[in-house]
Amino acid sequence: MSKVFIAFQDNEESRPVIEAILADNPEATAVHSPGLVKIDAPGRMVIRRATIEELVGRPFDLQQIQVNLVTLSGNVDEDDDELSLSWLG
Amino acid sequence: MNIDLQARAIEPQRHTFARVAAYIGDKTASRYQEATLGVQSTANFHYRPTWEPEFELFDTGRTAVKLADWYVLRDPRQYYYANWTMTRARQQDAMESNYQFVESRGLATKMPDGLRAKACEVLLPLRHVAWGGNMNNTQVCSRGYGTAFTAPAMLHAMDQLGVAQYLTRLGLALEEPGALDAGKKDWLEHPRWQGLRRLVEDTLVVQDPFELFVAQNLAMDGLLYPFIYTHFVDDYLAPHGGTAVSMLTAFMPEWHQESARWVDAVVKVAAAESDANRTLISGWYQSYVEQAQAALAPVAELALGEAGLGALQTVRESLDARARKAGLDV
Repeated sequence: MSKVFIAFQDNEESRPVIEAILADNPEATAVHSPGLVKIDAPGRMVIRRATIEELVGRPFDLQQIQVNLVTLSGNVDEDDDELSLSWLG
Repeated sequence: MNIDLQARAIEPQRHTFARVAAYIGDKTASRYQEATLGVQSTANFHYRPTWEPEFELFDTGRTAVKLADWYVLRDPRQYYYANWTMTRARQQDAMESNYQFVESRGLATKMPDGLRAKACEVLLPLRHVAWGGNMNNTQVCSRGYGTAFTAPAMLHAMDQLGVAQYLTRLGLALEEPGALDAGKKDWLEHPRWQGLRRLVEDTLVVQDPFELFVAQNLAMDGLLYPFIYTHFVDDYLAPHGGTAVSMLTAFMPEWHQESARWVDAVVKVAAAESDANRTLISGWYQSYVEQAQAALAPVAELALGEAGLGALQTVRESLDARARKAGLDV
């Protein structure tokens, strides 16, 4: 199965996002390279607002991830609560 | 010729400070963790404070609450100086534009005179309550132990000062400067405010920082903010033509809701550590919430007339539910 991935700048703001992705997607793996964190997952990956809010303890607007987002691959499905990447349809 | 550029990752020998690693292990720490964990001075104090020689300068013994580790009282908002300042600056910008909106359209003068007078009569003495909250949280910071607990208390104190300033500005926007003097006169002399004033002044001399925290941040503010800013401002003033007041006080309910997460988390963790803590904190809550409700009753009647006491009771019930959820015996 093809992998989807998403990469963020490696900084303080993307930390909770990365932690949330790893918590919500057990099959996802993060690769740290200088200045960049790339997360791969087979087939599908989901980013949940609720999980990020739990980690930061404050309201979080999912659009905020765009500021530190470097690249992604997969079909994007996005609403206020979730952003998912997938190759499934 | 071929030039091959390669990025080489260098693993750092340490991921964070040793004092932080002692709590979370050697992994990359967040700024909040680095600004909080292991920061409290713990040893090698040369002198005991002359004003309280029975204690060390920083001493866990000033409060009756016992915790094995005071760093368990983390702030779920993860505030440290930088991100707290940025959040408040954003909110300040929003409030500035609210003020501009109200002033440029003359919304304050379009309010019915009676309503405007009532808004001032209820809200302006509360400046002094917010100032008491500022003093009390400063006291919690000064006498408390553990950066995780004391640092957010200081930020909270500054927030309370901000609330007092917004109320001052509200008075100036709605009425002549005389409204501020009238509010102070009511606070000092009018019988209906004396209960609340006594409670505020009594808490100013509470010595136990955790007791003071429960009294001010959970019991008093837990009743005052939902009652004033939800029941009075949003549900009563706004539909009667006082939307301007809602706009000019928008910070307060937002801030209360946000900081309630911190207050609840502190109470919950401390109460969960031992039965003794839970009994102690529950007792404090019960005693102060009773006093606060009694003190606010005349204010509630002033604000909402006969419906005031009912609304205050509703607020009390939801505060009790909040305390129960935080693990207190209510």
